Amino acid sequence: MKPDRYFFQASQFQQWLDSLLKSGYLCIGPQFRDGTIIYDDLHSVTQLPQGMTDQQAPGSYSLTNTHSNRFFDWANGPQAVKPFLFAARESLWSSQQSDQGGISFQETRPDICPTLIIGARACDVAAIKIQDQHFLQQEFVDPYYKARRDNLVVVAVNCSHPADTCFCYSTGDGPFVHEGADAVLTELDQGFIIEASTQQGKRLLEGMPLEKVTEEQLNQADLIRVKASNQQRKLPDYDIRARLFNELNNDAWHEIAMRCLSCGNCTMVCPTCFCHSENDVSELDGKSATHYRQWDSCFTQGHSYIHGITIRSEISQRYRQWLTHKFSTWHEQYGRSGCVGCGRCITWCPVGIDVTESVAHFQERRHV
Amino acid sequence: MSNQIINHYMPHEAVILERIQEGPHLFTLRMKFTDPDIQGSYVFEPGQFNMLYLYGVGDVPISIVNDPLDSHIIDHTIRVVGRVTRGIDKLKAGDRIGLRGPYGRGWPMQQSSGKDVVIVTGGLGCAPVVSVINYIEQRREEFGRLNIVQGVKHTADLIWKERYDKWRNLPNTKVLLAADVGEALWPWHVGPVTSLFDQLMFNPDNVAVMMCGPEGMMRVVCRHMLDKGVPESQLFLSMERNMQCAIGHCGHCQYGSKFICKDGPVFSYDKVRKLFQTKGF
Repeated sequence: MKPDRYFFQASQFQQWLDSLLKSGYLCIGPQFRDGTIIYDDLHSVTQLPQGMTDQQAPGSYSLTNTHSNRFFDWANGPQAVKPFLFAARESLWSSQQSDQGGISFQETRPDICPTLIIGARACDVAAIKIQDQHFLQQEFVDPYYKARRDNLVVVAVNCSHPADTCFCYSTGDGPFVHEGADAVLTELDQGFIIEASTQQGKRLLEGMPLEKVTEEQLNQADLIRVKASNQQRKLPDYDIRARLFNELNNDAWHEIAMRCLSCGNCTMVCPTCFCHSENDVSELDGKSATHYRQWDSCFTQGHSYIHGITIRSEISQRYRQWLTHKFSTWHEQYGRSGCVGCGRCITWCPVGIDVTESVAHFQERRHV
Repeated sequence: MSNQIINHYMPHEAVILERIQEGPHLFTLRMKFTDPDIQGSYVFEPGQFNMLYLYGVGDVPISIVNDPLDSHIIDHTIRVVGRVTRGIDKLKAGDRIGLRGPYGRGWPMQQSSGKDVVIVTGGLGCAPVVSVINYIEQRREEFGRLNIVQGVKHTADLIWKERYDKWRNLPNTKVLLAADVGEALWPWHVGPVTSLFDQLMFNPDNVAVMMCGPEGMMRVVCRHMLDKGVPESQLFLSMERNMQCAIGHCGHCQYGSKFICKDGPVFSYDKVRKLFQTKGF
């Protein structure tokens, strides 16, 4: 579908948000909270982190207010879209036991209203596509994910200020959105270029005071794209997929594991990680129980526990499980790497392990 | 629209018909879905498994051991190893349980038709292949020579002695038992199962080897069978990993690019060779 492309003034941003809310969307957008930028209910553009900019480095994150009038001059915080599609914790079903001992089961599928996320970045849009593949396009469809996905409209924002930890340009996923969003904003000094590429996206523009995009504005956007693509961090240029899988016994796994705390932060902030555990919680009266699922991490010992044995008892084995899956075996499962270059696992690693360095470890090494 | 999708996470109520104590900490539960429509439409293959849900506690993956032709019952042989199985151990006939399945890809019974079959198991009972033996027993003429090799660590670990005696009397069938540690009055072999392999009756060019047990044992069996000229594609392993969803979503049973719950649990050796030789996957 040919995208519709227009410009609207920053002064009309609130009016647009009002019209989205009025048309029934639950709007979710980025906002400053707890020292970072998180996504939550959005009613007013004043909630957006206007003027904020971030400094990110391995194991380090901070925000400063530059008092600029820009709304999106920052790179991603720890989470964005994933929790709104694949909930961090949710009930799957509940069970009741009758006095006669019979068990009945009730599905607890979430009741989701049409939801619109503003501010998703190219990396997150690429990650949605990957999670769609995992939860919707395999042998079994996940009804809980699907209920949210069917109701989600994504208004992405092209990234103007990638963090020092970002490497989306080298994974091919950013900094500008390629596909997968319903509409994409590019923020300029005076306002936004908006491109709507799906039917749903085009409907979002109805009734907006839109202007024709000028050549000058397009040039500005292109300059932003070029600058934002100029990222210091990148994945090494070798056949990572084949090499990692051929280096399963390399000592480098132990060297990385010496630093890794196995805390699982990297998997919690990763927009493509899909592992989850299931557990049952009974009510105190014993008459009913609820079956939950919640995010799990391959860095926990319990993840590989089986009848008395922990298969991946060593951190090096857990790090290897994660990295070889993300960068090697993911290709066989989903036709691409599981990394979208968002850099979150680097920023939020408490000891600052840099995934691009980990991958580069295996570039030249040989078996000892 | 989304309401039309089948929710594979949902269990259904089943009733325990019979509980059979097989040995210390090992028992078989015979059950059926209480909803006759669900029981009536339930079909499975040898090697597939179900998720058994103990009310208020949780669920565990358990192999189905009866024959696919028994359409009125579902049998599970369960070893008491953890929180859920310890609770299931206390269930008796008439009690209710949650059941969902069947899941996974089972043993290659159809492709193995006309071939010699070697079944090598280790550990306690090895329920996942009992269904294979039952299957062959019911269709004995469709298969070539049948070899059943069971290894245990201690002689007391051997369960189902009567079954082995029964299988020993099947036509064209050899049953070999071995214990790592011998004992007085143990009538069979003492040593690793592989030391019995010279007694096996099979044509390496026309055999399916199906194995189940500790991975260390299966690794050794694979090496012996490859030495004897059995192709990698005819060595079948039943793999185990932590499983919670059983439908390839939760990630616990991820094994390289495979999800053991839905791509396995039975794999031919050539599909998993690389990881199978590496510890900690």
